Formats: sequence, C-alpha cells, structure tokens
Amino acid sequence: MAKVSKKKVSKKSVRKSSTVTEKIAEVKPDVVYDDGGDDEFLSKEDGNISSEEEEEDGGGKDERKRQKLLEAISALGGKRQKKLGERSEAAVLMSEFTVNAEGEGDKIDLSDLIGSMEKTSAVPAKTKKQLKNLQHSNKTIECPLSKQESERIQRDVAFRKASTEVTRWKDIIKQNQRAEQLVFPLDKEPTGPRPMERMVTGWKAQTPLEQEIFALLSANKQPINDPILTPAEEASMRAMSLEEAKIRRAELQKARALQSYYEAKTRRERKIKSKKYHKVQNKAKRKEFLKKFEEMVKTDPAAALEELSKIELARMQERMSLKHQNSGKWAKSKVIMAKYDEGARKAMQQQLEVNKELTQKLVTALNREEEEEEEEAVDEEVLPDFVNDAEQGLHCSNPWMRGKLSEDPAEKELSENMDLITEGPGAVGNPAEEEEEEEEVVETEEETLLREFDSRRKRRQAHEAVTAPVPDQEEEEEPQVPDQEEEEEPPVPDQEEEEEPPVPDQEEEKEPQVPDQEEEEEPQGPDQEEEKEPQVPDQEEEEEPQGPDQEEEKEPQVPDQEEEEEPQGPDQEEEKEPQVPDQEEEEEPPVPDQEEEEEPQGPDQEEEELSEFTSLLRGIADSRREAEMPEAAADSCPTDPSARLEEGLLRVRTLEDMELLGQPAPATEQLPPVAPQADTARKRKRGIELKEVLTKETQVIKVPLAPTMEDTEDSEDRLDQRGLIKEAFAGDDVVSDFLKDKRKQEDAAKPQVVDLTLPGWGEWGGTNLKPSRNKRRRFRIKAAPPPPRRDQCLPSIIMSEKRNSSISLHQVNSLPFPFQNHAQFESTIRAPLGRTWNTEQTVRKISKPKVVTQLGAIIEPMSREELLKDRKQVTAGSAGRVDSWKRKR
Amino acid sequence: MKVKLLSRNPDDYVRETKLDIQRVPRNYDPSLHPFEVSREYTRALNATKLERVFAKPFLASLDGHRDGVNCLAKHTTNLSTLLSGSCDGEVKVWNLTKRECVRTLQAHEGFVRGMVVRHCGTSFFTVGDDKTIKQWKIEAPAYGEEEEPLNTILGKTVFTGLDHHRKEGVFATCGQQVDVWDEQRSSPIRSFTWGVDSFSAVRFNPVETELLASCASDRSIVLYDMREPAPLKKVIMTMRSNTVCWNPMEAYYFTCSNEDYNLYTYDMRHLEKPITVHMDHVSAVLDLDYSPTGKEFVSASFDKTIRIFPKDGGHSREVYHTKRMQHVICIKWSADNKYILSGSDEMNIRLWKANAAEKLGVLAPRERQAANYSRKLKEKYQHHPQIKRIANHRHLPKIIYHQTREQRVMKEARRKKERNVRKHSRPGTVPVVSEKEKHVVTVVK
Repeated sequence: MAKVSKKKVSKKSVRKSSTVTEKIAEVKPDVVYDDGGDDEFLSKEDGNISSEEEEEDGGGKDERKRQKLLEAISALGGKRQKKLGERSEAAVLMSEFTVNAEGEGDKIDLSDLIGSMEKTSAVPAKTKKQLKNLQHSNKTIECPLSKQESERIQRDVAFRKASTEVTRWKDIIKQNQRAEQLVFPLDKEPTGPRPMERMVTGWKAQTPLEQEIFALLSANKQPINDPILTPAEEASMRAMSLEEAKIRRAELQKARALQSYYEAKTRRERKIKSKKYHKVQNKAKRKEFLKKFEEMVKTDPAAALEELSKIELARMQERMSLKHQNSGKWAKSKVIMAKYDEGARKAMQQQLEVNKELTQKLVTALNREEEEEEEEAVDEEVLPDFVNDAEQGLHCSNPWMRGKLSEDPAEKELSENMDLITEGPGAVGNPAEEEEEEEEVVETEEETLLREFDSRRKRRQAHEAVTAPVPDQEEEEEPQVPDQEEEEEPPVPDQEEEEEPPVPDQEEEKEPQVPDQEEEEEPQGPDQEEEKEPQVPDQEEEEEPQGPDQEEEKEPQVPDQEEEEEPQGPDQEEEKEPQVPDQEEEEEPPVPDQEEEEEPQGPDQEEEELSEFTSLLRGIADSRREAEMPEAAADSCPTDPSARLEEGLLRVRTLEDMELLGQPAPATEQLPPVAPQADTARKRKRGIELKEVLTKETQVIKVPLAPTMEDTEDSEDRLDQRGLIKEAFAGDDVVSDFLKDKRKQEDAAKPQVVDLTLPGWGEWGGTNLKPSRNKRRRFRIKAAPPPPRRDQCLPSIIMSEKRNSSISLHQVNSLPFPFQNHAQFESTIRAPLGRTWNTEQTVRKISKPKVVTQLGAIIEPMSREELLKDRKQVTAGSAGRVDSWKRKR
Repeated sequence: MKVKLLSRNPDDYVRETKLDIQRVPRNYDPSLHPFEVSREYTRALNATKLERVFAKPFLASLDGHRDGVNCLAKHTTNLSTLLSGSCDGEVKVWNLTKRECVRTLQAHEGFVRGMVVRHCGTSFFTVGDDKTIKQWKIEAPAYGEEEEPLNTILGKTVFTGLDHHRKEGVFATCGQQVDVWDEQRSSPIRSFTWGVDSFSAVRFNPVETELLASCASDRSIVLYDMREPAPLKKVIMTMRSNTVCWNPMEAYYFTCSNEDYNLYTYDMRHLEKPITVHMDHVSAVLDLDYSPTGKEFVSASFDKTIRIFPKDGGHSREVYHTKRMQHVICIKWSADNKYILSGSDEMNIRLWKANAAEKLGVLAPRERQAANYSRKLKEKYQHHPQIKRIANHRHLPKIIYHQTREQRVMKEARRKKERNVRKHSRPGTVPVVSEKEKHVVTVVK
C-alpha cells in the first residue's frame, strides 16, 4: 500500500509540474511509465513541448513519432476525434471523459471533509469532537478469520446454546428416574365432558332457526357449544389454578368451621345455668384480665392507666351501689333464714365476699411501691430458712435442687436474701411452724419428707459448725473424720429409722462387723438419691478423702473377707438395691481420686452427687474397717485397689438408677491408672481362684446394662491389654469347656430315637397307665448310626456336620451389587411382601409396579408442556410454602 | 330372669353384594405365619419358573412382501396400523389387529430407503433409491382413483434416510448431506454438510424437536439444530454407526447402533464418552427403537436376533429369535409399549410381545395384583442363584451361542494381553482405558 501511495505522490508531483510550470523543461527520468498520460495532455494542450521532449527522451522517440503519424492520419479524416488514453497503470488517474479534477488522485482525509464543518455552527460540538477523535485514531480493522475457523466458532456457540436448552430437562428426567411409579401416557386427557368444538369440528348451524339461536347466544356471550363455561367463567378459571383454588377453599372451610365451633361453644356456655360455673368463669376472666393488665403496665403505661381508671370507676360504682350487700330483697330473706339454715348463711357470706372482692383496691406496679415494702417485711418472716439452705450449697444450676421446695411462692425473694441463712440453728424451728400454717397447700409426702431432711440437716450442720469449721479443709481433717461421724449421727437415728428400717438390715447382713452407728448413715443414701439434695454430699465429702488410705491399710487383711462377701452380695441385695454392693466394689479406687479433683470445683451436677453418694457408702465402709484396725499398716502399696478392679467389671446397675442419673455417671466410672506389672501375677492367681469358687457369678455378668458396657470401655483405657484379657476370660477353663462343647455337639448330632407309641391302642388306656414295654419296644424306631464324625480323631477340633449342600445351592454367596453390606441385603430379604404378612393396603403399596401403561393408549413422547408444568409446580409449591409460613406466623 | 343371647352384627361378616370379596378376618401376628422368607422364596421360585413357562413372545408374522423389508413406520395416531417398505420399492400398509395387508403401492424403483408418517397421521413420506421423496395419503385411493403420490420431490442424489418433525410440517432427509425440508417447498430449507458425503440415518429429537442427529459413513454421529446454519458437534467412533435413536422421555440421551456389535447411549452434552455401552449382539446392530416409556430399547442385529436392553443396562434383558428369521433390518416398538415389530431380510414382518411372559388383554384386578406381587417377588429374590439361573436362562441358536462364547474368549484374551503388556512396561505408559472410552476416537467441534 505504502508503495502504491508513494507512486501516486510522485505522479502527482509530476503532473503538477507539467501543468503549473508548463514551460519548465525539467522532466525526471523516473516518470517514464507515465509517458502515455502526459503525452496525451501535452498533445491536447500544446504542441511545442513535444519537440522538446523528443530531444530529451531518446527512448520514447519512435513511439512518439508513430503517434504523431497516427494523429496526422486521423486528422485527415476531417473530424477530429477524441482519443482514449492508453492505460498503463491503475485507473486512478484515468477519467472516462479524460477530464481530470485537481487533486483527483489524492487520498481524501477526514480533515478534508470536516474542514467545512468546523466553520458551520449548525453542527453540534459533540459530533465535532467525535469526528476529531476518529481522525486521531488510526486503528485498522482486523482481517477476518478463515472460513473454517469462523465455522467452528459458529458451531461451538450453537452447540452451547443447544446444550443449555436441553439441560432444562434435567430436573424432570431426574424426577422421573427416581419416581416410584410412572404412569403413561403422561398427559392424560381430562375427564368429564369434552367441549363440543373438539368433538365435532365440521358442524355448522344450517337451518335458520339454528342460526338465529346461535346468533342470540353469541350476542349474549353464552357458551355456544354444549355445556361448558361462559368466557367470563373461563377467564376466572384461568385466573386461578386448580391447586390454588383447592388451597383457598380449604382455608375458607377451615375458617368457617372454626367460626362455627366458636359460635357453638359460646352458645353452649351462655346456656349454662350453673352459678358456680359462671362464678369460676368470671374469676378466671378477672385473673386473666389482671395478668394482662400487669403486662400492660410494663409495656403500655398510658393504656394501663386508662384501664386502671376504668377499674377504679367500676369499683366506685360497686361501692356506691347496694349490689352484693345485705340490703337487697334476696339478702334480707337470707338474713332471716340464716338463723336456721346453714346454706343461707353461707350464701350470705359468699355474697359479702364477692362484695369485698369487687370493692377491693387493685394493686399494680403503679401504686405498688409502698405496699411492696410491707410485703417484703412480711415475707421474710414467713419464709422457712431451709429453702435458703438449699440454694446455699452452690447447687443453683442443678434443677433437682430447686424441686419441690421452690414451689413456695416467696421462695424467689428468699433466695436473694442469703443473709438470713447464716442465722443457722436459731431458724431451725421455723419451717415446721410454717408448714403447719400453710393450710391451703396440700403437701405430698415427699415434701414433708424433704422438709424433715432439711431440718435435720440444719441441726446437724449447726452441730458441725461447732466441731468442724469449714468443709474445704477436708483433707486435713482426715484423722478426725470417724469422730465426726460419730458426732453427727446421734441426732439422726430417731427420724432415720422410722423412714427406712429395711436397708440397714441388709447392710448388716453384708458386713456384720459394722458398728451400729454407721448403719444409720448409709440408709440416707437412697433417699438422697431420689430427692437429689445437694447438702448430703457436702458432709460426705468430708469423709471421702479417707478412701484410698483406708483401703490401702486394709488390703492385706481384708481380701479373704471380701471375696466371701462379694458373691453373696448380689444375691442378697438384688431384691432392693443390687447396685449398691457392686458399685462399691468397683468404685472404691476411683472415688478418692475423683473426689479430690472435683471437690474444689464444686459438685454441681447430679451425676457427681450420685457418685458422691456411692463413694460415701464406700467411705463409710472403709471408715468402719478403719475403726476396727486403726492406724494399721499405713505404708502398704497404693496399687492394691486394682486388685479389686477385676471384679469391678462385673458392675451392675439397675435401670432405675440410670433413670435417676439421666446419663451414665461419668465421674464414677473412671478407673485408676494401670497397675504396675509387678502385681499382675498375684492378680491372675486371685482372679482364677475367685472364679473357681464362684461358678454362679457368671449369671451376674450376663445382665449387661448399657452403663456396664460403658464402664468397661472406660476401664479399657486404663487397663493394660493383658489385664483386660485376663479379666475378660477370668475363670474360664478353656480346655474343659472345649471338650464339653465338643461332647455336646456330638450328642446333638446323634440321631434321636423316635418313639411312636400311642397309649391306648391295643390295650387299656387311662391315666397312670403306661403302654407296655413290649409295645414301646415295637414302636420305638432307632435310627441308623450316623457316619463317623470327621473330627473323631482330632481332639482339638470341632467340625460342624451341619453344612447342607442342598441348601447352600439356594443361598446367595456373594453380596449383590447395589448393597453396601450384608445387613442391608438381609434386611431387604427379611421383610415379607405377601398378604399373608401384610395388610391389603400395604401389599398394594409394596407391589406397585414401576411403570404403568394404559392398554391401547398411545404414549406420546415428552412434550414441552411438561417443562412448563414442572416449573409451575415448583413455583406453586414455593408459594404454598410461603402461605403456610405466613399462616403460622 | 335375663336370658343371655349371642348377638352379632351381621354387617361384620356379611358382604353387601355377592360381588364383594368375602370378609376374611385376619390375624397378622407374625408368630402365626412363620417361615416368611422361605415361603416367599418358594413363591418367587415358582413365579420365576412360571414366567419362563409363559414366555412366548412371538405373536404373528406378516408376510406379503416380495423382497426383504427395508424399513418400517409406525402410524402416529393409530396403534393398529403399520407401514413397511421393501427392497423392491413396494410399500405395504398393514392392519395389525387383523394381521393383514390393507394396501400395497409401488412407491419407488429400487429400495424404499426410508418412510415416516406425518404427525397428523393423514399422510406419509417415503424416500427411495430413485432420488425422490414422495408424500402419500394413508387412506387407500377410492375406487377408480389412481394410486399416485400427493407430492413428489426430485432430489439430486439418493436419499438414505428420512424423519419427520413431531409437530411442524418439516422433515429431514439424509444422503450426501442432511437436508431439512419444508413440506410446502421443493428445495430444502437447510442443508448441512461437514466433510462427509454419505449419511445413513437421521432422526429428529422427539422432545427438543429442533434437534437432529445423524450417522455418517466416516464413523461419526453428527448433531444438528434445525435453527442453526451449521451443525453442532460430531463424535467419531471406532466403527460406523448404523442408526441413531433419541430417548422419547429424556431429551438429551440418544443411542446408536454400531457396526462393532454394540450399542452406545450418549448424553448429547457430553459426547466424549458414552454413558453406557450395551453389549450382547454378536454381529452388527442394524437398527434400534426406544420404547415409548423411554425405559428400554430394542435392537435388531445382523446376527438374526432381536434384543431388548434396559436403557441403563449393559446387557440385554431379553433376546428374541426364530428359526426362520434372517438378518433383522428394521425394528419398531409400538406406541402403547406392548409390542415389538421387526422386519427382516426374509420378507417377513414379525410381531412380538415386549414382555415375553405378559398376559395380553385386560387383566382382572386380582390377576393384576397377583402379577404385581410375583413381579415384586422376582425382583426381591433376583440375586438368589437358583432364581437368577432360571430367570436368565435363554435358549439361543447354536451359531449365536457359539459366537457369544467365542466373543467372550476373544475379549478375555485381549484383556489378558493388555494386562500383560501393562505389567511388563514402565508404569504409566500403558494406561487403563475403560470400555466406554475405548470406542470414541474423537469429538469434533
């Protein structure tokens, strides 16, 4: 391009020179190719130059001569003809009419065009600017892509479009693949009368009468064809889809039903004549109103004030009127009757009460302040102290602790006033008095019991306060503890023995050496457990820390004793509280550690309390022993508790216990760390001994309760593997068991003798008559001895002869494809399908075929309407959801 | 004195009409009905056996053609009408209920290559070796009228396939290129070419009705959109596909019958790899047709058998064959999902049941319940070896049986070799190529 333009420029310059400075005889040598053109001009304009040119241009001489000649010849013809120039270059310079405008071959610039525009004011500035910008930008348009390339792009775009279009079907396809049952054809023709248009397409009104009728009908916009609907009706039908209409109708129905229920109810209530009913009703209403009013006082004081004034007004009116007083006619008659009639007197009294009520001044937050103070003063006196005690023990988070006691109305206020508690022993008397005073509240036995407990505790605490100052110092107090117990106990027995006499007896059986005083402590346990009182553990905690030390001391001497005791334990105690001894045995070691850890944190949770309780029992037992042999062998090794752990796995808890706990008690189940290896030998020996002695023990093990399992799991963490296995198989005489097992299997495999004797046949029959031996022999069929067992000569192997090849032929031997595990597959097989096992409906539901087709119906391919339908359903579903949500709100 | 009498409400035990089922008090206590699994197993076994006993799929043979049947067409609105075109250019209209030929017409010179009934069911189109497209009325000409087409279009080249749009007056033909025609015009409204000069089949998508698929001789399947000027995409396979068929219920799935004995189901959005490879035939698969429910399809093969495949199953659930049936050239699944029609080389059209053991006709409610129950039982116990054995047993002609075995041996040998090659070459150099990937050469955009 550049080259071409250059040429043009050069040509231009030539031309200019030739035209403007005609006579200047300067012709550049490189203009050779333009000769023809120039010549033409020259020949036209001037003849002189040609001679000059001839002189200079040697090369073009001949040609020129020839041309001249030609010209001359043509001039001879008379008429001068215009000649077309020869064409030696691109035709830019050529004009058909050989007319050449100035600057014809010039490249036209945008500026050339715009030039004039600059001057004209009519052109808006914006366009000018745009054009200027255009002028400056010299970007070229990219050359177009090759055909293949562009086609490929086209295809790609088209494919993408098509695939997105097709993807719209994804939901429907998925849905259909997952559907339990598909019914074809998909779009069923709606049942009911079909519009006439569809039935008869070609029919037309022909007779004049028909035409008239149709004209009339169409004029009135009535349905022309058969039944159906007017345009208006159809429009309305279209406006509301069937589902929406159904939903709407259901709503309306519901509303109507509710309204009618309400009406019926009010009508019925109005008809009730019972005075009492209305009285109660009114009272309830009043209460309700008051409640509302209270709320209103908080939320909307202005309205409340209004209400208040209204109430006030009503009260005033009541006070002014003589209603509900003894001046009415009825009242007078009653007064007369009152002397003789009890009922009349009561009626009078009631009336007066009503009056009192109505004229009573309403107490609200607005006018309450003065009254409150008085009330508080009163309440403080009235409330029992023990309530505060319950709160004092840091057990506020424990819901059990707030149980029955919190029902006292004034309790809340009380809990705040902690100061009163500290008054201690002085206040002990109060609760009892209070209970007597409370006449309206019908107290359950439990409550009374509770109160008693509390009062008792109170007393004890007061006692303690003298002897042992604070429970935090427990660990230091260890040596004192037995003394404490003894001290504590004296007040208790009177009450305790009344409540639960049987339990101590058991305990006595179990441990005959136990001092009498201690028995009384133990029975407390169950009660406390049930009632969940926090205070009990507090005391007990003090005793607990002794646990390990005492045990350690005991161990060397005690074991024999224990072993004897333990087997008996469950048998005796199963009747009432089987868990107690077992727990004890188990938990002996864990308890002390735990307690030491947890006490500082404050035993908030029930579980902990429970564990504390059990540990308490333990501690008591220990302390008993300690009492027997005080300060004995204090240096015995601390690992001994693990020796007991072996049996600990046998722990059994009752379900009731668990229920009380709510959860498996985690604290109690922790076991002490693994015992060192040195001790294992002795342990093993012991375990086996135990088992040999106790063959019945296994039964106890076989009562596996959930917590027991967890227990063992927990213990696994702490036990070493060997110890665990040893415990698991403790007392198993494997070899003899195996032999026994084998013998059993052999016996089972032996064919049985079949006795077909029928009494009474061929001889006398009746009670106490046996068929004769002869007969029995005859009818007894002995089976042939089985082939020798395959494991006959293999003493250490049991080979089952049960495998039946004929059955295995029918059994599935590998897991079929869609199933993940055997259990899944088996569960599908296990559930029967037939109507022998299932109800008619179920069977029908189960055996529903996946695809249902209608006989003789053409199944059309899926149509686009399905897509729309699906979308509509989705939107309708979401709308419905919104509706229901709204309704809920 | 009060006399105690037994009194019962007859409503509890007397049925209202004699047509009612007798009221039977039932006790569903499982302890009273023990051995449920084994009892049901026995029932399932019996049901399976009975199914095999009743499996008689062959219904009728329609004979009348004087040359091999080359194409079949279902009537779109009438179940009992079938059209067939033979290799001598004859078209026959059949009444299936009477099992007789209603009308015969000489449509073309040479083969009738393709035939399709217009969506309204009043006329049908045929293409033949004589380079013409003809439109015919379904109804036979009245007495004295001449048998002549409604419309004839002379093409430049031979047409090999034909399909009609489901709703509009548009049809597509294939030959040297794929053409889309308006019924009203004598020249195609669209003409697609893509470097191939021979197509064997073209099909409209019945759901997304503007899409088309065609099989070309360069082993490719090409997709088109009628609205676009250019084709969409093509996939080239290792061997040539003979026909292609769209799933009538699932817009983007189509299946092609291939020369390599297999059928391939593709998702048109992902042509890189077929979704399922359906194997079982032992020779080239010539034709296939989907069931109108879109759950299964039937294929016709050069190995003289018809097989029914579940749409997502790799192997056929059923194989039909008869002694006299030769290469099956064309096949159709009837629009009510009950029958299969096959046209074969030996001039016969055969009518089969789609479910071999199904009882035809109206079922009594109890019959239907029993059938449902036994179907469910069979399904439940299908994995048990005995039931599986009985249910899957099919008698096959000797040749096919041996060929199947041979195929299996060959396949096993190839696999073994591949395994050995892999074992003895540097890891990673011989990658594992799945069966699905094996058959696709490339996807051309």
